[in-house]
Amino acid sequence: MTEPLTPVVSMDAITKIFPGVKALDAVHLKLYAGQVTALVGENGAGKSTTVKVLTGIYRPDEGTVRIDGTPVTFTDPNAASDNGITAIHQETVLFDELSVAENIFIGHAPRTRFGLIDRHAMYEAAARLLRSIGANFDPRTRLRHLGIANKHLVAIARALSVDARVVIMDEPTAALSHKEIEELYELIENLKSQGKAILFISHKFDEIFRIADRYTVFRDGAFIDEGLIDDIDRDGLVKLMVGRAVDHIFPTREMTATEDVLQVVGYAHPTEFADIGFTLKRGEILGFYGLVGAGRSEFMQSLFGITKPSKGVCKIKGKIRVIRSPADAISNGIVYVPEDRGKQGAVIGLPIFQNITLPSLGRTSRSGFLRMVEEFALAREYAERLDLRAASLDQDVGQLSGGNQQKVVIAKWLATQPQVIILDEPTKGIDIGSKAAVHEFMAELAAQGLSVIMVSSEIPEVIGMSDRVIIMRDGRIVAEVAGDEMQPDVLVRHAAGIGEMSQLEDA
Amino acid sequence: MTDGSTPPRFIPDRLRTRKTRILHSWEILLLAVAIAIFVINSLASPYFLNAWNLSDATFNFTEKAMIAFAMALLIISGEIDLSVAAIIALASTAMGFAAQYGAGTPELVAIGLVVGLLCGVFNAIFVTILGLPSIVVTIGTMSLFRGISYIVLGDEAFRGYPASFAWFGQGYLFWVFTVELALFAVIAVIYGVLLHKTNFGRAIYAIGNNPTAALFSGIRVQRVKFILFLLTGLMSGVAAICLTSRLGSTRPSIAQGMELEVVTMVVLGGVSILGGSGSIPGVVIAAFVMGLVTFGLGLLNVPGIVMSIFIGLLLIGVIALPRLWTMAAAKRGRT
Repeated sequence: MTEPLTPVVSMDAITKIFPGVKALDAVHLKLYAGQVTALVGENGAGKSTTVKVLTGIYRPDEGTVRIDGTPVTFTDPNAASDNGITAIHQETVLFDELSVAENIFIGHAPRTRFGLIDRHAMYEAAARLLRSIGANFDPRTRLRHLGIANKHLVAIARALSVDARVVIMDEPTAALSHKEIEELYELIENLKSQGKAILFISHKFDEIFRIADRYTVFRDGAFIDEGLIDDIDRDGLVKLMVGRAVDHIFPTREMTATEDVLQVVGYAHPTEFADIGFTLKRGEILGFYGLVGAGRSEFMQSLFGITKPSKGVCKIKGKIRVIRSPADAISNGIVYVPEDRGKQGAVIGLPIFQNITLPSLGRTSRSGFLRMVEEFALAREYAERLDLRAASLDQDVGQLSGGNQQKVVIAKWLATQPQVIILDEPTKGIDIGSKAAVHEFMAELAAQGLSVIMVSSEIPEVIGMSDRVIIMRDGRIVAEVAGDEMQPDVLVRHAAGIGEMSQLEDA
Repeated sequence: MTDGSTPPRFIPDRLRTRKTRILHSWEILLLAVAIAIFVINSLASPYFLNAWNLSDATFNFTEKAMIAFAMALLIISGEIDLSVAAIIALASTAMGFAAQYGAGTPELVAIGLVVGLLCGVFNAIFVTILGLPSIVVTIGTMSLFRGISYIVLGDEAFRGYPASFAWFGQGYLFWVFTVELALFAVIAVIYGVLLHKTNFGRAIYAIGNNPTAALFSGIRVQRVKFILFLLTGLMSGVAAICLTSRLGSTRPSIAQGMELEVVTMVVLGGVSILGGSGSIPGVVIAAFVMGLVTFGLGLLNVPGIVMSIFIGLLLIGVIALPRLWTMAAAKRGRT
């Protein structure tokens, strides 16, 4: 690998200030042709802001962006793409009702002499692009007929269609399966060999060490370090990222209470799950493991009153309770922290304190009338408990970083003083430092007597945190393991349905 | 999620004081517009600064504003009701029909309110129980409700309301203050308290900003929306009583096109048409602004068609101003 002299793109001393927060504080970032640079940092480190500055969505308050050493100013996203910078976002923005080719070329489709879209040329160019990235579907296909992985390929083809020199990939593997991730790696290698400069943002260290050539670390909006991946190891990178060494040891807990809090018997749904039954003890962390589509979230949402079960009984502290709506669930002490925090969790547009008090208004108000003093007091209590970083409590929750939004969502639920908290993929998409904090916090909650149900697809997390693990497959509970039985291979076998078969073979 | 090392950070309740918040609000801008129009009007016409004339001018907005308050809540929650003027027609027709058979004032009032309420329930069933988009449902009921009026009345008109019924639209409480103006003030206060001081009002904002998250937070989204449609129907009934009483007759074309004037008033008042934000004081000031403009232009003998041009320009102008302001600020280097 030869060391190029000038980076294709460099950000020099870029500062971006939002009301009350310095999102970026004089940061540096260099991207080189034919190399993958990993941008590493915790949630709120300024990674997303960096992407938005590079793609012209935000304008920096100070500092210069240079392309091939020449300072440039992007007045809008088009200016960035004209300069060959293109981004594949966390949640790719595509159009379900358009064809693959139209999605790829939207905004810059080839034209005929009359200024109309040259469909023939467009389909041909799209087919060529798709072939070059190893996608084997027809560019005439409607996008909505494609699976998530193929949609991702369309997004990549779209990024390449503008003749990009710089490709930004923001958490590209978040929604992909193992096999699809391998294909993405091949694609990245392919792009590298074409001399493209790639900015790769990921929370997953194995990916970073697998694919990246260089790293740049940000922490709290500040530049920390950069270098070659070959010169650093995993622990070194973690240390740079969080500013301290993070041990991967899960908090040790001791569960003593034996009182049953929640008892579920025979919960069923016409299509999603059947015959779900278990008991949850006070102060217990109960893990729910299974493959995607095993019906875990669907069951949890039904327990929370979003969807109605076709049959089943739910007992809380021995008394039968009928839960028809989230309001019922909350008043019975059951709360649900959804996986999709942006859509189902925070109410963007409302201030932080109103988000926190939303399900607890019955307590902060008097006969239906709001009491602001009580609201601020409650919001403050939980904001401090969760170490929220915000300019003020009446700030719009939408101005917070993802990690802090999540804290607001959790604060909202804790403020209802629940007995059972259901956490759906609580650490999905968050960085390693925050992950440890979430785990510690869960342990703390359980120690205070709160019963926790944790739906998680991450085996180390399930094993490390749970007292017991229930494994679901195809909408049914297939196994329950505890103690020393909680082993990765046991979980995977049950979840995939190979447990029974191998037992037969053993016998 | 404590780090263990750092103590919790102090977060202030609010960064801006009450005074700065009010000074930066939409309502203040709107109030300035209202005052400017008032001054211009009084310079342009010698008849403007006359207590009786001003009192008459309030009829330009009181009936619309009564509906606008309920509509504001509905729009903040992310829904809309375009059938309000048609509800007035239907309620007025029902009252006129009853009056033919000798119904007294209390019965007429009850009929107006009940018809309004039932129309609201009808809309609410389609939107909240069947889950249909409110804009489509209420465009449909707009034709439906008024269509019934046309069938009942044809080219005819109902007259012959009892004399005491005139009190609502023509009566004075004391000096120049009309019954309608008092009703307007009372309703404004009720809706202001409902939206800004109660849990119900908070739920409306939450639903308007993110209905899914509101549902997940234990808010009974459909129930809240049901009540809002019901209230809008009820307020249309109240407006129907006032308007019928003031005109003294019912034609099927009564209040034709009023729904758009109501929506204009709501949007002018700073309510986001996309839902999620807005305030009752804003709608109150917007009501005065619209009333003053129509009255001022009326004094200058400007025909109605030109008047609607002014209202249109006013709406676009007032909406565009803050956006132009932020764009200019962005041009100067800060976004």
